Amino acid sequence: MSHVSMTVNGKQMSGDAEGRTLLSQFLRETLGLTGTHVGCDTSQCGACVVHVDGVAVKSCTMLAMEADGADISTIEGQAAEDGTLNALQQAFQDHHGLQCGFCTPGMIMSAADLLKNNPTPTEAEVRHHLEGNICRCTGYHNIVKAIMAASGQDVSSIAAE
Amino acid sequence: MPKDHGIGASPKRREDVRFLSGTGNYTDDINVNGQAYVHFLRSDVAHGRIKTINTDAASAMPGVLKIFTGADFEGVGGIPCGWQVTDRHGEPMQEPAHPVLAQGKVRYVGDQIAAVVAETVEQARDAAEAIEVDLEELPAVVDMKAALADGATKVHDDLTSNLCYDWGFVEENKPAVDAAFEAAAHVTTLELRNNRLVANPMEPRVAIGDFNRGTGDSTLYTTSQNPHVIRLLMGAFVLGIPEHKLRVVAPDVGGGFGTKIFHYAEEAFCTFAAKALNRAVKWTSTRSEAFISDAHGRDHVTKIELALDADNNFTAIRTDTHANMGAYLSTFAPSVPTWLHGTLMAGNYKTPLIYVNVKAVFTNTVPVDAYRGAGRPEATYQLERVIDKAARELGVDPIALRRQNFITEFPYATPVAVEYDTGDYHGTMDALEKIADFSGFEARRKDSEARGKLRGLGVNCYIEACGIAPSNLVGQLGARAGLYESATVRVNATGGLVVMTGSHSHGQGHETSFPQVIAEMIGIDESMVEIEHGDTDKAPMGMGTYGSRSLAVGGSAMVRATEKIIAKTKKIAAHLLEAAEADIELKDGTFSVAGTDKSVAWGDVTLAAYVPHNYPLEDIEPGLEETAFYDPANFTYPSGAYACEVEVDPETGKVTIEAFSAADDFGNVVNPMIVDGQVHGGIGQGIGQALLENAAYDENGQLLSASYMDYAMPRASDVPYYNVDHSSQTPCTHNPLGVKGCGEAGAIGSPPAVVNAVVDALQSGGHKVDHVDMPVSPSRVWAAMNA
Repeated sequence: MSHVSMTVNGKQMSGDAEGRTLLSQFLRETLGLTGTHVGCDTSQCGACVVHVDGVAVKSCTMLAMEADGADISTIEGQAAEDGTLNALQQAFQDHHGLQCGFCTPGMIMSAADLLKNNPTPTEAEVRHHLEGNICRCTGYHNIVKAIMAASGQDVSSIAAE
Repeated sequence: MPKDHGIGASPKRREDVRFLSGTGNYTDDINVNGQAYVHFLRSDVAHGRIKTINTDAASAMPGVLKIFTGADFEGVGGIPCGWQVTDRHGEPMQEPAHPVLAQGKVRYVGDQIAAVVAETVEQARDAAEAIEVDLEELPAVVDMKAALADGATKVHDDLTSNLCYDWGFVEENKPAVDAAFEAAAHVTTLELRNNRLVANPMEPRVAIGDFNRGTGDSTLYTTSQNPHVIRLLMGAFVLGIPEHKLRVVAPDVGGGFGTKIFHYAEEAFCTFAAKALNRAVKWTSTRSEAFISDAHGRDHVTKIELALDADNNFTAIRTDTHANMGAYLSTFAPSVPTWLHGTLMAGNYKTPLIYVNVKAVFTNTVPVDAYRGAGRPEATYQLERVIDKAARELGVDPIALRRQNFITEFPYATPVAVEYDTGDYHGTMDALEKIADFSGFEARRKDSEARGKLRGLGVNCYIEACGIAPSNLVGQLGARAGLYESATVRVNATGGLVVMTGSHSHGQGHETSFPQVIAEMIGIDESMVEIEHGDTDKAPMGMGTYGSRSLAVGGSAMVRATEKIIAKTKKIAAHLLEAAEADIELKDGTFSVAGTDKSVAWGDVTLAAYVPHNYPLEDIEPGLEETAFYDPANFTYPSGAYACEVEVDPETGKVTIEAFSAADDFGNVVNPMIVDGQVHGGIGQGIGQALLENAAYDENGQLLSASYMDYAMPRASDVPYYNVDHSSQTPCTHNPLGVKGCGEAGAIGSPPAVVNAVVDALQSGGHKVDHVDMPVSPSRVWAAMNA
């Protein structure tokens, strides 16, 4: 066991981790931040995407010890203090970009990373960026539409959500 | 002007806020004080006899509380099957025992041999590796036809063969059907496989068993689409716990698609072990475990024949299907290839004679059961593929051939025992023609050809039977449960309502759509209505959510309970207004006396029910809570017409979906936004089945596609935006909302459209290809082109 400390959503947090403890597991079980989800064990599904020092990372691909001292951002830190959803979260609600909600935290964190680096992506760029995020409910239509809308692009010509 | 309130409006989903901010409450997010963890040691061979299991070394490892094997479950019931099919000779199906932990034999890769309960999941996993299993490997039965051959190895030694049942439907019609084929002007025959799929809801299954020695109460938290059904099946048949001592909670559930309907051994194990150890016991499936323990879907091998007369009227259909049951009968498995499949073989067409034969087969594979659509996709796929093939053989337009044979008068009794109450198949085809821009197709094809690609257009129709189902009917058909739904509507003193429904939302948005119905009925804001579901301690009873039944059956129960509430509040209002009950009207949340300006607000009436100072106590009780059970009179019959455009790269065989259009008739629509989303998701899964997904076994029974590295889930870049339309609406005639259900349509209607389009593309390139099996992978398309 090692003691691991990190900044999570602006707060200093710490706990004990085995050498094999994944960051996803540490966030969920040690820090109690269950918004980050685990949908697979081969780093394919993307439900566990968080930001580590500003970069989108599948938190199941990283050991908790590797994140010692890092600045982590998770789904729990995306809304404002008073609970107001950020623009990307709000676009997902406005355009019905989620159904069961399980892939949603990873989708939001992954899409936020895209929009940070490419503020007005094309539809093809959005779809390509989501290659590592699997959704089984939506057929992706409204997820892509929500991300396009969050980027400020006109989505009114796309079939209704 | 779209409505902003009540039925037909699209308010934003209230459940989204918690899901978008990481504050949902999924089963794995729940931790019970003092919980231990279980890891299941699963068979890595498909078929074997267990000689000995030595747990001595493993039991001594750090943190291990107890290791359970089949011996610990000898006095415990097996996992029950909820449907008994009777074969064509009047005999019941063969029904093998299904132990919680393997007894003597393992029968598929993934079968549970032992369960290690330890202080941490890592300790449980480490100890499982130290269990010594002496196992005599036996030949595996994987191919269904080989499983039925003389001398085939038996999956279950105590059964007479690997044949679960040989079902004929309708058996008495067979001679007439055969005669119609003799007399036919043209017969089209097609052999195909409906590929085996893994449902893959993004949330893996989880079970937490808990036991309170002080009260003797057991609690199971589980990822279920129907917690009351689990309570009944597990309590009554497996563990012998009466309902009043067992609570089953299915909180936020991350998708189901059928595979979370069933009662699984892991649920029974955790509940059993919690009592045995006096510790809560938690199991969280990994995705790799899910591939070899969640019930799979589809896996039919079919020969279908269509007979036509000289005027291209359909005169008869004959189908012969082998349906894979896997190694054990999952909860509803026997019903899927029979009553959910054979009864749909008429499709949208007035074919007078139909005979369906289904042989259900045991193999050394994961049990197979309902997956989104369940039997109806298998019926639709074969029917719509054979019609397309017939049109090509006859040189007629596939849409015209369909239109010529459409059922146009309702109600319509099919030759496969169901009665469609309403529909407008020309209407949905007209809607499709508008949104899919058929007239522009030739220009798009030329454009594709100019880029060296082949372009194809595939069209098909579908019908499904939803709102499952009338209990007396399904009882006759072998169901061991009723299929009603219940709702309790509790009105609080200040006028807010809580609806406790037996339906379960695992992505469908009931928390948003159900209040729209109440808001419409009473004339209040949706925010005054809260939906509670997923807890057997709350709703009185529930058959759960599957088969597109939530609004049609669960919603109807809610309507009936609300009608009782309204009737009672009108009595109270009549008393308060000193008027006759018959003169009381309820509109916009206000009770008024017809023809006067006397009125009383909803909230004043509900307050009177709980503060009954001025109240007709001699006539009615205080309080305001009503329960209704609704048992449907018939199935509902949504229908639609779908179109897919594909491009095929002749160099590689790769298929890309260029456009997909869906015109559905769901009857009345409560929340168009949610309905569109359901169709989108179904189409995504249907495209996945058609192009990408395949649960492939090798001849030894090893699942080759057992992770997301190998099983091709559809990604965002595999699909386009979809054009969806539900403007064609023929309301259901027998439920109070006139709704039909929309959850499965997309998955039922889309696979044949994709394959029809691929065949069209290949034929446009001069390739004599009349079928490619799903998934229509580049290698299969390339092989078909180069055969």
